[in-house]
Amino acid sequence: MEPIRILTANIDKPNSASIDVYLGAGGYKAAEKALTMKPEEITQLVKDSELRGRGGAGFPTGAKWSFVPKNAPKPTYLLCNADESEPGTFKDRLLIERNPHLLIEGMIIAAYAIGSCPMSYIYIRGEFHYGSTVLEAALAEARQRGYLGKHVFGSGFDLDITVARGAGAYICGEETGLIESLEGHRGQPRVKPPFPAIIGVFGGPTVVQNVETLACVPLIVNNGADWFKSFGTPKNTGPKLYCVSGTVRKPGVYEFPMGITIRELIFDHCGGVPEGRKLKAVIPGGASAPMLTADEIDIPLNFDALMKAGSMLGSAGIIVLDDSVCLVEAAWRLAKFFAHESCGQCTPCREGTNWMETILDRIERGGGRPGDVDNLYDIASNIGSVVDLKDSGKSLCALGDAATGPVMSSVRKFRDEYQYHIEHKSCLPGTRRNRRLDMAAAH
Amino acid sequence: MAELHPDNPYAPDRFPDPKSHVEFPPEARQRFEHILTRYPNSEAALLPTLHLAQEVWGWISPEVVHYVGSLLDLSPATVFGVVSFYNMYNQRPVGKYHVQVCTNLSCMVNRAYDIYDHVCAKLGVNPGATTPDGRYTVTEVECLGSCGTAPVVQVNNDYHENMDVQKVDALLQRLK
Repeated sequence: MEPIRILTANIDKPNSASIDVYLGAGGYKAAEKALTMKPEEITQLVKDSELRGRGGAGFPTGAKWSFVPKNAPKPTYLLCNADESEPGTFKDRLLIERNPHLLIEGMIIAAYAIGSCPMSYIYIRGEFHYGSTVLEAALAEARQRGYLGKHVFGSGFDLDITVARGAGAYICGEETGLIESLEGHRGQPRVKPPFPAIIGVFGGPTVVQNVETLACVPLIVNNGADWFKSFGTPKNTGPKLYCVSGTVRKPGVYEFPMGITIRELIFDHCGGVPEGRKLKAVIPGGASAPMLTADEIDIPLNFDALMKAGSMLGSAGIIVLDDSVCLVEAAWRLAKFFAHESCGQCTPCREGTNWMETILDRIERGGGRPGDVDNLYDIASNIGSVVDLKDSGKSLCALGDAATGPVMSSVRKFRDEYQYHIEHKSCLPGTRRNRRLDMAAAH
Repeated sequence: MAELHPDNPYAPDRFPDPKSHVEFPPEARQRFEHILTRYPNSEAALLPTLHLAQEVWGWISPEVVHYVGSLLDLSPATVFGVVSFYNMYNQRPVGKYHVQVCTNLSCMVNRAYDIYDHVCAKLGVNPGATTPDGRYTVTEVECLGSCGTAPVVQVNNDYHENMDVQKVDALLQRLK
């Protein structure tokens, strides 16, 4: 499969973030066209394209838009989720910094289609300070040209967009956590139902979409649903950005039709693992996705194939781990992340993630106890699970379930390595520990 | 008496000093007024107002908590609850350069802990601490969304990507 340049078409041009470059490449034609269509026609077009949300869950975008009630008592809102904090994911940052007008154009179309009130928000993670300044500049350009503000493109539709910065909380990428944060609260997810489409931000119906999802919308309006479906396979359509990182020679963001296999992506396009090393494991969809072994990489990177394989596409953050990586340490590091980022609201997640971190830490340091692997299973099944649906749903959002993904998959698939740590009180020969244990107390 | 945890909200220095007075300077006040126009209610302006306050004062002191609360008609407890929930609001003063080293998985396997340990050793500080001259604070942070250019070090608002021990040394030199 050859790489494509669709979402990334403009990014290498000088001043790619400027409106002139974007207009030069045919920008804002889709928004102008969309505003002459009926909102329902746009929603139908997006449904026909089979576009699925690029933030992680892969929910059909057109269906989401059609859930928004007409004539709700409170204003309807469109929110862009630019909180990109899933470890291994850095695609939205590229679009924000290098092609912000594609996102803005997508927001104009989506806002019109769902009947949004005249204010939309881009919730961007606080650490993306540069990205927020790029967006502010791009929004100012769009306002100046009359693409935002009163009577967008001379139509009766009014829209402005505000950049709202987060302040360092992974949980605000969860849509109701994001909504709480935008309202000025601690970003703790809400009880669902009601779902945001009925009662979301400021009490109104709300649609929350990932940056890349919104960036696909102008492409669909311009080129049609069939064109969009010509990339990928049925139900897994469109151009897709894949983020590749870890122990790999050429990390970065790659664009392919949805469904390139993991093997092809890593070995044909990213140069494989460093010289003299062997692939050990791959996390295919950001830190929440269960690990795959080196034998399981002939799977297409799409929503349904990865789910069938017991993992998930998530945010398409592919983390490559070679045979020098101690998998217990890798699992510990992700468990530490989830323990840190658990919002503290639901007991299974708040307590369980900390216990997973504690037990993995002691196994990694050589203090593992004989029953520790079983302890991890027990704790994980009490937090939730991304794989075994019977275990999931013990907390309000998916963070707890997600936290068990990489940990439990590594325990299941690399149990020998855990046993080795417990028996020999050291890492497997040939793997290296990254934390210096004399510093570890301070970490 | 046992030492109080630094984040303990009941520690004596978590209460505002009645003698100290904080107020946005005119330019910041203007930006604050603009923020209010972008949201349907004043509570929603809390996060951006705290970002603004941190830009002005460098950290969110107890005085700032009370001041921001008074501006937005929120209780200090509500404001403090938000401040303490989010990582980026400094609850203690930080150095002129806040060196934040990502050690999450993609950075870790590209030797981020070597960088983190090196920076701490070089500056002679414990993780999370500030140098006595107030120039540097070093903290370990979670994923910064720059995994393709790991390891990454954020200094104040700026990302420094593809770092290694030599490059971080050169960076610290430049920050003097």
